[in-house]
Amino acid sequence: MDFKLTKTQMLQQELFRKFAETEIKPIAKDMDEAEDYDRELLQKLQKIGAFGIPYSREYGGQGADVLTYTLCMEEMSKVDASTGITLSVHTSLCCPCINEFGTEEQKQKYLRPLVDGSKIGCFGLTEPGAGTDAAGVRTEARLEGDYYVLNGTKMFTTNSGFADTFIVFALTDKTKGPKGMSAFIVERGYEGLSVGPNIERMGIRAASNCEVIYENVKVPKENLLGKEGQGYKIAMTALGGGRIGIGAQSVGIAQGAIDETLKYVKERKQGGKPIGKYQNTQFKLAECQTKVDAARLMVWRAATEKDLHGNYAPYAAMCKYFASDVANEVTRQCVQLFGGYGYCREYPVERAMRDAKITEIYEGTNEAMKMIISGSMKV
Amino acid sequence: MKIVVCIKQVPDTVEVKIDPKTGTLIRDGVPSIINHDDKTGIEAALQLREQLGGTVTVVSMGPPQADVALREALAMGCDEAVLVSAREFGGSDTYATSGILAAALKKIGYDLIITGRQAIDGDTAQVGPQIGEKLHVPQVSYVEEVKEATKDYIVVKRQFEDGYHIIKIKTPCLLTAIAELATPRYMSVRGIVEAYEKEIKVLGFEDLKDDLELDMIGLKGSPTNVYQSFTKEVKGAGTILTDLSADEAVKAIIDKLEAKFII
Amino acid sequence: MSKGIFVVIEQRSGKVQNVGLELVGEATRLKADLKDDVVAVLLGHEIEGEVEKLYHYGADKVILVDHPLLKDYVTEPYTKAVTEVIKEYDPEIMLFGASSIGRDVAPRVASRVRTGLVADTTGLRMAKTQEELDKEASMGCADPTRALLMTRPAFGGNIMATLMCPRTKPQMATVRPGVMKMIDKDESRKGELIKFDAHLTDADMNVEILEVVKADKKSVDLTEAKLIVSGGRGIGGPQGFDLVRDVADALGAEVGSSRACVDAGWIEKDRQVGQTGKTVRPDLYMACGISGAIQHVAGMENSELIIAINKNETAPIFEVSDLGIVGDVKVILPKLAEAIRKYKAGKATN
Repeated sequence: MDFKLTKTQMLQQELFRKFAETEIKPIAKDMDEAEDYDRELLQKLQKIGAFGIPYSREYGGQGADVLTYTLCMEEMSKVDASTGITLSVHTSLCCPCINEFGTEEQKQKYLRPLVDGSKIGCFGLTEPGAGTDAAGVRTEARLEGDYYVLNGTKMFTTNSGFADTFIVFALTDKTKGPKGMSAFIVERGYEGLSVGPNIERMGIRAASNCEVIYENVKVPKENLLGKEGQGYKIAMTALGGGRIGIGAQSVGIAQGAIDETLKYVKERKQGGKPIGKYQNTQFKLAECQTKVDAARLMVWRAATEKDLHGNYAPYAAMCKYFASDVANEVTRQCVQLFGGYGYCREYPVERAMRDAKITEIYEGTNEAMKMIISGSMKV
Repeated sequence: MKIVVCIKQVPDTVEVKIDPKTGTLIRDGVPSIINHDDKTGIEAALQLREQLGGTVTVVSMGPPQADVALREALAMGCDEAVLVSAREFGGSDTYATSGILAAALKKIGYDLIITGRQAIDGDTAQVGPQIGEKLHVPQVSYVEEVKEATKDYIVVKRQFEDGYHIIKIKTPCLLTAIAELATPRYMSVRGIVEAYEKEIKVLGFEDLKDDLELDMIGLKGSPTNVYQSFTKEVKGAGTILTDLSADEAVKAIIDKLEAKFII
Repeated sequence: MSKGIFVVIEQRSGKVQNVGLELVGEATRLKADLKDDVVAVLLGHEIEGEVEKLYHYGADKVILVDHPLLKDYVTEPYTKAVTEVIKEYDPEIMLFGASSIGRDVAPRVASRVRTGLVADTTGLRMAKTQEELDKEASMGCADPTRALLMTRPAFGGNIMATLMCPRTKPQMATVRPGVMKMIDKDESRKGELIKFDAHLTDADMNVEILEVVKADKKSVDLTEAKLIVSGGRGIGGPQGFDLVRDVADALGAEVGSSRACVDAGWIEKDRQVGQTGKTVRPDLYMACGISGAIQHVAGMENSELIIAINKNETAPIFEVSDLGIVGDVKVILPKLAEAIRKYKAGKATN
């Protein structure tokens, strides 16, 4: 174990860094203000392969590993956490459902365009009355001939504003609770599917995050993923891996804030010298960087475990829990070091601080993470 | 069409300093990149390949560390990569370098050679034309646009300070690229994965010696030699002029601009 | 023995360019040490009318190569013509302008005659000190007293290097336009004209020129600009940028701005220099009515030459300026634009 990236991974990191600096950083603030994701940027991301990183080339994916995917998440989130979540929902929530549970036909028809970068995916589990408690899902799917008919409302569906392919979780048997839940592949064009406006949020405002209403949406029978009743398992599997991405996003948000602060404290003068010359500044930055490094190693650990097909779930939960805490702590410290300017929207650290908050909440709150971790400890 | 692009690995900054003790460049911690104009050349070559078919080969002369620059070129979509590397080649000036690269190009074969106009470290703009001369092929440098391309000839727009020429040139030939010619594409994730699955061919001294002017390579054979290099002196404190009439102020500015060769 | 300080004169549309006259001037300074003739090599078609001017600026001889193939610049005919001149006259030194023409032809010539070439030089001198002479000799120079030392910037000007070309002749360099000074024009000076036949044939025309177009340069991204004139709040309003623009046009510079003016809507966002704008390092940064808040300074303090004009003599911009003028930009700028134009016009008609 040498904690070093391979040459391939280093060059990948270089690609992500250059892309983020050149293509995303200059427009990140504007996208946040507009609360709208730049569609051209989506296409550019698709072109470099950002939407299919850890997927097999056999299906048109990029053929890289999960660790490389976390490098992408970190570099993109350093300049724009909205890009991070856009990639994450597609790559580690939507695609795994088809990759791991789909039939060969479903993979050819739906996975291929998702991982080759021609289509974008989203993941519809959360409902107005069902968040972390996925068992509270109310959306129904009724089998009628060759179709399942879907009815219900999904909340906070990331990417839904522009996604082509929706993974939707609905009850095929209301009497069985979570065991009666099934997963479906739904195309945007299906009649009865409607997407609301972008929900006004505190952070990751450029990401598309809307309410999606399913009203008598007829889904062909062959779009059922796995078997009836496997929905809960599918959702949990996807979320289990997705957390590694959120961990990496958190590391990116924090590192991005530190990088900006480092630059600033060398330029900003108070009392006749740059504020970076004061020990208070130095110590605060040292604390921040130490925490971020620890979080990054945890993310890499979880990613490596997943690459090796090990039992990564507890590591994923730990890295998500720890890294998201670090992201909040570090961005808050960075705003403090910036002083009044840090509170101004002209500088990116206030956006980082707003963006950081959600990492403690989505894809399982940190409270839920602790349940998973303690569960794995058999407390 | 076989297109060969010559690239150079350079430090990702011009902010370098000389070690006052050793007189050598301090490159610690400065990442290396493909020289900008050369990367433009790669993009132009890839576009020509997309239009005309054929292959793009990328060639770099340098130490084994230049490997990563060649991998990057492969990850952008080049078909094959060749590293020209030997201890005997170290310290070559532009004359010697172009002789070595020309020998390599003879081995590799080419219909069209593209180089960047100049490298950000040396800024000489000499290696491209000198390769052309050594291979006895015509050249157009400062190419800012390809107007038309066929297997037999290429029509390009050649930039001058005060305008441009539209030039038709027969292949085989050499073009030098400037930034306006093309916007380099990014590597792709898959491209990088595949770049590291490919093999990079290495051409060393033994491979090329039959085509080299043996007394004109390396540090010793280079016709030009560095007498000394130094970091530019740091600026002294500035002058502040108060209570000037507008005309005096203008004169002070004009004198300064003149002294610094701005006007 | 190699002899003569040769200067390849750049002409465009039949007009000798300043860089050629600057190099002739520099050659006369080298002549003070080397004692060889200054020989101007003029290539073109129907350009004999330009010969006298070269004498006036210091040439002892002019080698005129007049041929239809040399009317517009084309690599091969020019390369061949210069090479033939070298073969015939065996110069000690040969200088070219480091323009997009000189930088195209000089490397081909050097390669063809098998000699070294130093690019983009900004300083030339003959070896004189014992150390210089010893070094030249140790590198195989037969007569170090005739050796040329050529200084050039590298890494965008961060490093300077002095080079020599000890063993091969001619000692060749391209020289940056605008760096060397012309000598004062002396219309009484005469020289010797040599008409030279370079034996050019149609076969030398190995490319086809389909079109020759004169065009103005387009506006440049600030981070690439060599010269920037920037306006700040002190210019008083959007119309203040007319004054800034006028000076920039006179200089051939780009227009920059502080954040305050961008926020006020006086100028486009892509012109903003500073922490949240662009980081620039041009050869000249002229800050007009910019106080120099740290956020602005962070984006321009690495400029080669900083000139600041500001009413307030305690403005922080003066702390980073090479030349600070305490005064009113609205009065100074119009006069400055006029003075620059006058200066340039004077230089052109020399």
